[in-house]
Amino acid sequence: MSILVDKNSRVVVQGFTGREGTFHATHMIEYGTNVVAGVTPGKGGTRHLERPVFNTVEAAVTNWSANVSVIFVPAAFAADAILEAASAGIKVIICITEGIPTLDMVKVKHFLKTTESRMIGPNCPGIITPGEAKVGIMPGKIHQKGRIGVVSRSGTLTYEAVHQISNLGMGQSTAVGIGGDPIIGSNFVDIIELFNQDKETEAIVMIGEIGGSAEEEAAVYIKKYVDKPVISFISGQTAPPGRRMGHAGAIISGGKGTASEKIRILKENGIQVVDTPAEIGITVKRILDENG
Amino acid sequence: MKVHEYQAKQIFRDFKVPVPQGAVAEDVDKAIVNAESMGFPCVIKAQVHAGGRGKAGGVRLLHNLEEAGKAAREIIGMKLVSKQTGPLGKQVRKVLIEQALEIKKELYLAIIVDREREMPVIIASTEGGMEIEKVAAKNPELIAKIHVHPVTGFSGFHFRKLVYYLGLTKEQQKNFSGLIKNLYKLFMETDASLVEINPLIITDKDEVVALDGKINFDDNALFKHSHILEMRDLDEEEPLEVEASKYDLNYIRLDGNIGCMVNGAGLAMATMDIIKYYGGEPANFLDVGGGTSEDRVKEAFKILLDDKNVKTVFVNIFGGIVRTDLVARGIVNAIKVMEVNVPIVIRLVGTNEEEGRKIIRESGIDFVLEMSLPEAAQKAVNLSKGA
Repeated sequence: MSILVDKNSRVVVQGFTGREGTFHATHMIEYGTNVVAGVTPGKGGTRHLERPVFNTVEAAVTNWSANVSVIFVPAAFAADAILEAASAGIKVIICITEGIPTLDMVKVKHFLKTTESRMIGPNCPGIITPGEAKVGIMPGKIHQKGRIGVVSRSGTLTYEAVHQISNLGMGQSTAVGIGGDPIIGSNFVDIIELFNQDKETEAIVMIGEIGGSAEEEAAVYIKKYVDKPVISFISGQTAPPGRRMGHAGAIISGGKGTASEKIRILKENGIQVVDTPAEIGITVKRILDENG
Repeated sequence: MKVHEYQAKQIFRDFKVPVPQGAVAEDVDKAIVNAESMGFPCVIKAQVHAGGRGKAGGVRLLHNLEEAGKAAREIIGMKLVSKQTGPLGKQVRKVLIEQALEIKKELYLAIIVDREREMPVIIASTEGGMEIEKVAAKNPELIAKIHVHPVTGFSGFHFRKLVYYLGLTKEQQKNFSGLIKNLYKLFMETDASLVEINPLIITDKDEVVALDGKINFDDNALFKHSHILEMRDLDEEEPLEVEASKYDLNYIRLDGNIGCMVNGAGLAMATMDIIKYYGGEPANFLDVGGGTSEDRVKEAFKILLDDKNVKTVFVNIFGGIVRTDLVARGIVNAIKVMEVNVPIVIRLVGTNEEEGRKIIRESGIDFVLEMSLPEAAQKAVNLSKGA
């Protein structure tokens, strides 16, 4: 088992024939992901990377039963692409695109609540279930099949954690990058709920950062519902208030969303918080060894 | 993106949000002309992207031409130092001259996006003119938060909640009704991330007027609003940050002495954190992004080394999709054409890392190559202290 994507996922790539779409779809196919089709408006009926191209997501769903979509279209059109995927009945929508306006996402998010779709991102590396499906831009090689669920707001910092976990002989059940924007499709709580139900996931790594209150909400949820060990790191302990640290969502405003406050609340709720990013892997190992 | 008060007020006027009459000036003569045409008493306000201008001497009431000249001479060109500018302050290049109004009551009004509820929220308080964070900490009951669902938009009951809370009279309600509807419209249509009026005043004639005005815009949405993008004032931004943004580098200057170059925002923050953990001080946040080309690495080094406080550089690259051998080549080529007098600690991990390290080792340049994150961070910290 795993969460969200596996070898049975039927993936459609939105923005398939563009530069980003082509590059990452190639890597996804090489990894063994079941990419069934692509969508580029105006190019329907052609073929690309040995897969059919459709004008609409709906056609990819009708003809190839696509149930997972990954979006590489430019920011100005990405909100529309999400709405299209959800309207076509796609179950898991993964939006890689960075730079979608916040108020566009506000409307998209409230629309999604009226559908069956679950969305990951935007501005995220995607989801990987090692050995089964890579739906996103993460390097496949550093991942290894295993029993640690990884969920994170960041990209390269997630790779860092995954790398440490793999190097210590452990692996990941699934690794999910939820994205660095203020409004995102799925929050920590949504993903941790899935990891908690997944029999293959033994421990959960949650990598948070400054801004918002998703980590605090997760802490309360974990204390209430999760028996599996949760190991966490929060980046941005040295970030100055009022400055956006790369991610649109990583900003301390009005004294809220500081790393120290998040760490305090996580610890209060029984979560193991590591001081530096270098300790994520060894801490997971120690806790699993202790638990036998 | 931030704009000046006078620009925010122009946008307010465009959306029919009442503001005092006013005109901007860049020199003393124009300021005096403005004051004369406004009539006395009037107000002069320094235009910088920072709050706390009043306490810093950047806002004054003028009663006659003589005072207008004196104030304009003192304020234009001054280094305004407030809590929000940092100790170096900000140079004042423009002033806004505005009519002075009789104030009966000062209120607070703002709109932001509430990330938890994922919708816009109107924040109102009867305690106008004060720092709203202080009010929130001390008397949270004096602040009303009214969420507006994006599907319905601003509705009658939102308005009623606001006016009952603020205790407005019938006449004041009539004047407030257009203002709040238009302000919400402005927030949505310009893709603002913050609209704040502090204070929103009720005049002796029961008019409701935005005495101050602040708007921040969502950087990601500026492609839709070219007329707003034109208002960007590069003089208000840190020059190195402006330079970095030209190359799609995400750079934020800090006070320390270890220059950091990292790919990815999360890892960049985490790198700063580990430096601090081992007793060092990061000089900056710098995310060189995913497609780390040689040109970008070169520019990144230029910007890092332009900060004269930097005593050591720490490069931390996790090669995912980007190949570390390409990054290594970029670093070597950048250093070859630059004069670098500080030690450089490099950590390269990920795709093609063996090849990348080989390039660094065989470059003939004296890099400190270290693969373990804590070891690399400690070395950078020690070098920054001259050890």
